[in-house]
Amino acid sequence: MAELKLKNLQKTYEDGPTVIHGIDLDIRDGEFMVFVGPSGCGKTTTLRMIAGLEDISGGDLSIGQRRVNDVPAAKRGVAMVFQSYALYPHMTVRENMGFGLKLAKKPKAEINEAVERAAQVLQITHLLERKPKALSGGQRQRVAIGRAIVRKPDVFLFDEPLSNLDASLRVQMRIELAKLHKDLATTMIYVTHDQVEAMTLGDRIAVFNGGRIEQVGTPLELYQQPANQFVAGFLGSPKMNFLPAQLRSGSNSGSDIVLAGNTSITLPQQYRLQSGSPITLGVRPEHIAWQGQAEDNAIPASVDLVEHLGGEQIIYARADGMDTQIAFSLPSKETAPHRGERVWLKPELAACHLFDAAGLALPGSGQPYP
Amino acid sequence: MSQAQTMPAIAPSSATALQRGLRSARLRRIVRRLPHYLLLSVLAIITVYPFWWTLVTALSTTGDVYSFPPPLWPQDPSLVNFIEVFDTIDLLAFYKNSLLISGATVVGTLVICSLAAYPLARMQFPGRKLVFGAIIATMILPAEINFLVNFITVSKLQLTDSVTGVVLPNLAGAVGIFLMKQAFEAVPQDLIDAARVDGANEWEIFWKIMLPLAKPALGALAILTLVTAWNQYIWPSVVMTSPENFPLSVGVQYLSGSFSFKTRVVAAGAVLTVIPILIVFLFTQRYFLRGFDGAVK
Repeated sequence: MAELKLKNLQKTYEDGPTVIHGIDLDIRDGEFMVFVGPSGCGKTTTLRMIAGLEDISGGDLSIGQRRVNDVPAAKRGVAMVFQSYALYPHMTVRENMGFGLKLAKKPKAEINEAVERAAQVLQITHLLERKPKALSGGQRQRVAIGRAIVRKPDVFLFDEPLSNLDASLRVQMRIELAKLHKDLATTMIYVTHDQVEAMTLGDRIAVFNGGRIEQVGTPLELYQQPANQFVAGFLGSPKMNFLPAQLRSGSNSGSDIVLAGNTSITLPQQYRLQSGSPITLGVRPEHIAWQGQAEDNAIPASVDLVEHLGGEQIIYARADGMDTQIAFSLPSKETAPHRGERVWLKPELAACHLFDAAGLALPGSGQPYP
Repeated sequence: MSQAQTMPAIAPSSATALQRGLRSARLRRIVRRLPHYLLLSVLAIITVYPFWWTLVTALSTTGDVYSFPPPLWPQDPSLVNFIEVFDTIDLLAFYKNSLLISGATVVGTLVICSLAAYPLARMQFPGRKLVFGAIIATMILPAEINFLVNFITVSKLQLTDSVTGVVLPNLAGAVGIFLMKQAFEAVPQDLIDAARVDGANEWEIFWKIMLPLAKPALGALAILTLVTAWNQYIWPSVVMTSPENFPLSVGVQYLSGSFSFKTRVVAAGAVLTVIPILIVFLFTQRYFLRGFDGAVK
């Protein structure tokens, strides 16, 4: 087991751009850390630098107490599970899983024992003599994880391991990965662009954007107290509604903001911003209620679309005087407005987020996080 | 209940219409493909006919060898010409020499071309593209241009009249390097990364991952090299001076005789030369084609 320290970690390709702009991150021993972000944000590059598959252009990387910038991949004590599984097609499952130990010149009996034990944990004992082409996607994924387990690494690295699986298998494997982490209690770093995987698996999440980390925190912390508009918009489905607004005035009772379309809302918090400052109001879909008549702090809108998802309904409405669509969700049992109906949307004021013109969250906004 | 019972019955008229539709679709398909088949048939005849002509000549015992067009079937067929081949030359010794030269060329080519292609495909070093370009450029030159230089080299190394002398200049071919480079490039990078994380060094990646995965290309290259080495005539006849070292392709020249040209016996010798390689190719053509898949995609 080992903790990782990334200190001002940078990656610049030869005659190319800088793709990682100095990352600082401490990953605790035994922690399940998820790197999440859109395509091209640098999460996989960072993982590959940790694995030793990419040269580090600047900064320091330590695994345990050891600086490993120039240590070859095999000697870093890491094992990696690839998106494509990367099973050797000419070897059987047994040979695939034991390949690392064979290269390390371990005795045959020891290799066999380790392979059998890992196969038992992953319930793939009956597949040991098969070649990868005779396995399903889920089975291949298990073998890839098994190959990592056999090496007893200090750190497991997962590069979007579930993205090639179908939806139901993905859920199943997600649960199994969480169980595996609990059983092995080893440090795991998991790269994904799927926020559901990030939220459900991670002890902590690092949100990447443009080669930088936007925020690191527990899933709930990130969801309830996003540091900026990017994090707020990236986590959550449907994503957070962003409504352009202006801060009008502040008083002891709260702050008045005016949305496009001249709707006024009074928020309970006070913000240290000049009157007239452009801001963005962020409201999660589950924090919006609707009603059929006008009321204070309610946004007039017309319903564009109602989506029935079984357990819940998502309603998309266009607010008066705004280009943006506002999405809000309701449990399936509740009555939803009809398409074209005139509605007034009431945001839950205590759960509203405010972002300044640079997209940074204003202190005091968002849901209280313990 | 059987499946047939559960299916709705098709009215006879609609069944007939369906059959008519299928028939006309098949007819349209055949008409569309007819020109392709005709062209391929013509090409096949042009390719195969010289071999057939040689076989007919070897099996015939009467008639004019030089008559044109040649007869399609052997006249008074007999194996007498083949028997004369065995009586005239030490065919088995020539076979042995051919096997030795071809085998050594195949093994050497696979080793040299794989080792040359791997860094060109998978390693980053200055001048990589230039080196590959230079190798490919040698394909433009006819092999005969190298004979003089190669012969001087082989002579200086005192390798004339030896298998090594025949084999050595043929080992590093541009086609082989190109074929293997393409095969190595087709191996997904993730497999190499996985091997690296597993602890494999560069040699182990080459030996335990890349080579096994490049088997189809190795097979294709082996067959291609075998055919070329088996059939080569000029270079071995330049290097080899002792008749007991001749490969089959050179040895059959003894069949022509000093004072008469025995065309039918030479044809029988040619047939006996071609048969082994033909059999090998018949059984391995599947691998040959598969091996070229990666090179041409």
